[in-house]
Amino acid sequence: MTSELPPGLALQKVDERIMTLNVGPQHPGSGHMRIVVQIDGDYIVACDPDPGYVHRGEEKMAEYRNYILNIPHLERPVIHDSCNVLYPYVLGVEEIVGIEVPERAKYVRVIASELNRCIYTMYWLAIYGIFLGHSTMFMWPAGDRELLIDLMEKMTGARVTHAHFVPGGVRNDLPPNFEDVCLRQVNYFEKRIKEYAAVFYDNPILISRTRDTGVLSRQDAIRLGTTGSVLRASGVDYDLRIKEPYDVYDELDVHTNVMTEGDSYARSRVPWLDMIESCNIIRQALQKMPKSGSVRTKLKPNPKGKGLDSVYKRVESGRGSLGCYIVSDGKTEPYRLKMSVGSFRNLIALPYLLKGEKLGNMPSVYWSLNYWPVEADR
Amino acid sequence: MSSDSEKPSADVKPEEKTSSPPPKKPEEKSVDLPAFEKGISDKIIEKFGDKVEVAFVKQDRVGINVDRDNVHDVAEFIRDELNYDHVESVSGVDYPQDKEIEVVYHIGSYTDSSLASQILVLSTRAQREENPIPGNDATKLPTLRDIFYSVEFHEREVFEMFGVYFEGHPDNRRLLLPEDWADLPPLRKDFAIKGR
Repeated sequence: MTSELPPGLALQKVDERIMTLNVGPQHPGSGHMRIVVQIDGDYIVACDPDPGYVHRGEEKMAEYRNYILNIPHLERPVIHDSCNVLYPYVLGVEEIVGIEVPERAKYVRVIASELNRCIYTMYWLAIYGIFLGHSTMFMWPAGDRELLIDLMEKMTGARVTHAHFVPGGVRNDLPPNFEDVCLRQVNYFEKRIKEYAAVFYDNPILISRTRDTGVLSRQDAIRLGTTGSVLRASGVDYDLRIKEPYDVYDELDVHTNVMTEGDSYARSRVPWLDMIESCNIIRQALQKMPKSGSVRTKLKPNPKGKGLDSVYKRVESGRGSLGCYIVSDGKTEPYRLKMSVGSFRNLIALPYLLKGEKLGNMPSVYWSLNYWPVEADR
Repeated sequence: MSSDSEKPSADVKPEEKTSSPPPKKPEEKSVDLPAFEKGISDKIIEKFGDKVEVAFVKQDRVGINVDRDNVHDVAEFIRDELNYDHVESVSGVDYPQDKEIEVVYHIGSYTDSSLASQILVLSTRAQREENPIPGNDATKLPTLRDIFYSVEFHEREVFEMFGVYFEGHPDNRRLLLPEDWADLPPLRKDFAIKGR
């Protein structure tokens, strides 16, 4: 029977003991995706993630628009982390077109990218808190990220979707007095997020719900090709800001946070530690940044590549390595653009982690993967 | 966009257009190639000889072209001898002019710290059908899932977006597209966006 079905469709056998449960796509606890779980009593025996409900065809759209017009729509997959999503694309176009970036623009980019990483992580933390039933952890991050959103609004003019990075630098110079305001707000932000330890990370209820659930060993984290906080929570010290520094990260003192447990608790703690590290990076960048100078090398209208060429650039986003593969054929549009995103790469770990877990542990495991459905679907 | 511009200028030289093997030629650069990356490509050439072709050697990136019969062996060599351990991205690129679809694997390493910034770009090509029946036509490649476990979802995506069927892949279902999608694989160049 199954052999008559076209590929892509399959019949499912029904077992007496096993119940199939659809979580999502309307369920708020799954984000915009469906997770088909099969449960035996209270235990998950199999899990089949089904993304694609917010697939927008970003890669197809990019083939129809020139290198500059692609900027606003390519940041849509993760609007909270829009600078980091755009970063590898902009780096790739700079290599294809062959354009140098002024020194000051590189620092502005680093500051914007670290601020965006914090904004994204705070949003994720709020969601993680509310799905573990911790309402305070929803309210506090949602409120505190306003500080940084205000900073980004001062810098770029837009609260969420900035479209600030362009090939050749950034769109606008920093507003006057930005450095002082930024330093003050980042210092306060750091003091504030350190208080989260007392209410969230040292909370015995959180620890009992996340410790030893969904354990991903070091070997499996490598074998499955996970990335970002999922990888670092399993004891692999890999951060592209150190391993393959782009722009001025090699001039800054960047530390990574590695935990070895590999459970949900470690995966939820690493992004929080990364935010504290981001504050350090922003302070260093503000100090080392040239105080004046150009922030943008002007491109000619309709920039194009030099013939058949391909680049693969990657940056460390809030969800791990984010790669952009651009094939250029010398025209003003990319011939092919592929985004390799952290969420999509970490999704493969979900069926693996949920097998054998209790159904009640599903939210803590699922959200600890730092998964953003819209980014995975592109 | 008009239909003419859908055809890529995959070949730089016009007289090469008749030859069907991978059109990318290694650039004749006598200027200093990065030594470490050159070493990686030399090891692969030493093992496989004419079966592989070095597409490019750049800073932190090595590009290898290989035909579909040898891609499995080359990938196994890359994992076992060169210490690459995971695939970051699998991209399809449609070349209707060459009647081929290229599948590009970006392979990296977490365990070998000397390879931390390196990406090995392994590309292979599948035959392209004018009227594709995904899964039941000649557009097929051997899967690399038994070598690199991390390609599982990536290859499913390439299958639905380009119609490249990966033989030996345990799970060739749709991933992102709707189950009842009955049109062309959407990232092929002959699938046009409405109104463009």
